[in-house]
Amino acid sequence: MRKTWWIIAASVWLAAVGAWAKPVFLSVETAPIRETPAVFGKVVATARYGDRVEVLAKQSGWSQVRLPDGLTGWLHESAMVRKKIELSAGAKDVSRTASGEELAMAGKGFNSQVEADFKAKNQNIDFTWIDRMETYGVGPDTIIGFLKEGGLQP
Amino acid sequence: MTMISRSLLIRVAFSAVLGAVLAASQTGCSTVAQGLAAAGQATGVMTPAQGESLVKTAEAVGKTFEDITPEQEYYIGRSVGATIISTYNVYDNPKATAYLNTLGQSVAKFSDMPETFRGYYFLILDTDEVNAFAAPGGFIFISRGMIRLCSSEDDLAAVIAHEVGHVQHKHAVRAIKSSRLTSALTTIAVEAGKQLGPDALNQVTEAFEGSITDITKTMMNSGYARGQEREADRAAITILKRMGYRQGSLPDVLERMGAVLENDKRGFGSTHPPAGDRVKELRPLINDMDTPVPTAARQKRFEQNIKGI
Repeated sequence: MRKTWWIIAASVWLAAVGAWAKPVFLSVETAPIRETPAVFGKVVATARYGDRVEVLAKQSGWSQVRLPDGLTGWLHESAMVRKKIELSAGAKDVSRTASGEELAMAGKGFNSQVEADFKAKNQNIDFTWIDRMETYGVGPDTIIGFLKEGGLQP
Repeated sequence: MTMISRSLLIRVAFSAVLGAVLAASQTGCSTVAQGLAAAGQATGVMTPAQGESLVKTAEAVGKTFEDITPEQEYYIGRSVGATIISTYNVYDNPKATAYLNTLGQSVAKFSDMPETFRGYYFLILDTDEVNAFAAPGGFIFISRGMIRLCSSEDDLAAVIAHEVGHVQHKHAVRAIKSSRLTSALTTIAVEAGKQLGPDALNQVTEAFEGSITDITKTMMNSGYARGQEREADRAAITILKRMGYRQGSLPDVLERMGAVLENDKRGFGSTHPPAGDRVKELRPLINDMDTPVPTAARQKRFEQNIKGI
């Protein structure tokens, strides 16, 4: 009898865990979905800005997520927000941007339109080096090689 | 009622709703917002749909008042960075800059914020002043004077890790006066659609400009609070430990900075707490017993690419 109660309790708990699968939205331009919750875990997919993913589990700064196509993997929590991301029409699946109960503030605000206005009003501030800086991206293979050569943790 | 005065009234009504919600959020009550929105509708200032939308918006703002998204941090960071570069010259040395970016982006991967909207980027400032700045979103600037104080890659990694710590804890964004965000969010909430109209754009840009000023003033003149420096130091120790760099490099560099800055009150010396106090707080946290001995290749690449620039 006692065993039966344990099975019922476990089933209820599992159902509740399933129901917890909360949606979050990708808040960075692109982010790797990894096979394991590790900085250099194998990349199984790439999520893009505004993508809606479901959180299945959490582990020290990482969330196990399910992508819209059913694929699962690990995403770092610094790449996600709870607020819905609103994208401009045409940039993404428009149906996803329709405002429902949840207000989409995230895509608004300080954006490229505001930066352009700021530049026009502050022509003494030069963005040339900032644009150049953004071309200094280093690929994951280079970083792994750099760490190995230096006797550091890859 | 003209379009302008109507728009103004809606903004005033919204500000009242927002203020009420922010006040109500202290007590966990949002009925004040609903009441004010209803009053707005009754007086004909706004339609029922606008009233409902304002309540929803105000509630959303109330819940996420201090929550700036990574995309917004990125745009703030670009303008803060551009402002810093308007004050300092850039040290245009491709070899040193490439090395700094490989090291810096490696360090950022081991922080609690490895992902920012478009990634971490590093630039060298052409000044002998000992200084470093971390703009929101991961735009990090390190002076030649600061790099010259580093005698190993571990030392430079410690400096970078401290700056990444500021990004991770959003210290720059926290320097923005909350009134600016309230004003920007009010305007954004009233405007429909993603593109802002000319009046609204003016107001949001004004809040944006104010935010950039708040941040650059804090970074370049007043400095972060002592507690924030401590948070960045602790984040740096964690990163160095995760990577296998010598944690003792951080207090070592701080001590060297302390010695230099005793006679030079520019930059870091004027905006940071005394190095001695920070070193005292850090020493007990450090354990280099298990830190691997640096490889010869590590020291060689540091010397070839950046040492003493």
